[in-house]
Amino acid sequence: MAAFDPVSALLGGCLIGLASVLLMALIGRIAGISGILGGALSLAAGDKAWRLAFLAGLIGAPLAMALIGRPLHEAQMPASWLVIVASGLLVGFGARLGGGCTSGHGVCGMARLSARSIVATVVFMASAAVVVAIVRHVTGG
Amino acid sequence: MQVLASLLCGLVFGAGLLISGMTQPAKVLGFLDVLGRWDPTLAFVMAGALAVSAAGFALARRRGAPLFAAQYLWPTRTDIDRPLVVGSLLFGVGWGLAGLCPGPALENLASLSPRVVGFVLAMIAGMVAEAWWRSRAPSAAANEDAAVAGSDG
Repeated sequence: MAAFDPVSALLGGCLIGLASVLLMALIGRIAGISGILGGALSLAAGDKAWRLAFLAGLIGAPLAMALIGRPLHEAQMPASWLVIVASGLLVGFGARLGGGCTSGHGVCGMARLSARSIVATVVFMASAAVVVAIVRHVTGG
Repeated sequence: MQVLASLLCGLVFGAGLLISGMTQPAKVLGFLDVLGRWDPTLAFVMAGALAVSAAGFALARRRGAPLFAAQYLWPTRTDIDRPLVVGSLLFGVGWGLAGLCPGPALENLASLSPRVVGFVLAMIAGMVAEAWWRSRAPSAAANEDAAVAGSDG
């Protein structure tokens, strides 16, 4: 893992913010990844094209970045498949039930000062921090 | 134009996640690990993203409508209800277990890592399960389209 780099963190954050602003200014949509993916998965017909295009851009971004010398680092994943499947299920189910994830609530919603998004962000940050504390400092995993 | 604009936004969003380090679960978990060697990266990413989006959203609102669509679809709900809190709680547990949320998970698919693919398939299964669970709940008077439009993100 690379060391803490505040400039890259801020710059990357600004690009995330810019993408969220552009999606709203251009096509009037909130850049919430779980909402975009959830809508793309829905059986109901309708506005699938922009969703699939956004997801294609997101998944294709590492290829474009590799061309300019910023390749994707291989993600360090949990060793246990049980943990991988359980965490994936919880992330998918929870984000849809809660109406959003780190992008929709954490960035777009917080930027709008939405009370729902502020509550959601505080709750998921707190529960995630508790889980990490338990995994790393209580069970010693 | 909508499709092109959206593709571009996805690319910029993905570039931001990658440059900021947020595609690496280790950095996310380092931020969430408040009792260990704390990594402030995610706070800086959020600060940058919030500064640009808060200012940009305010500017966008000055125009009556988006460039390539009829209207802005700002989320309208303001109530703090149980699904919001329970869903966010469950999401946080999953996020804390793997250090991956939906954006970085999808972006990491490019590495073709079997574990990432497994995580994304489980995440999709979780989303499908939530849609099914919502559709059979008695309060599901709103159809799925309304649920999509009414979601926060």
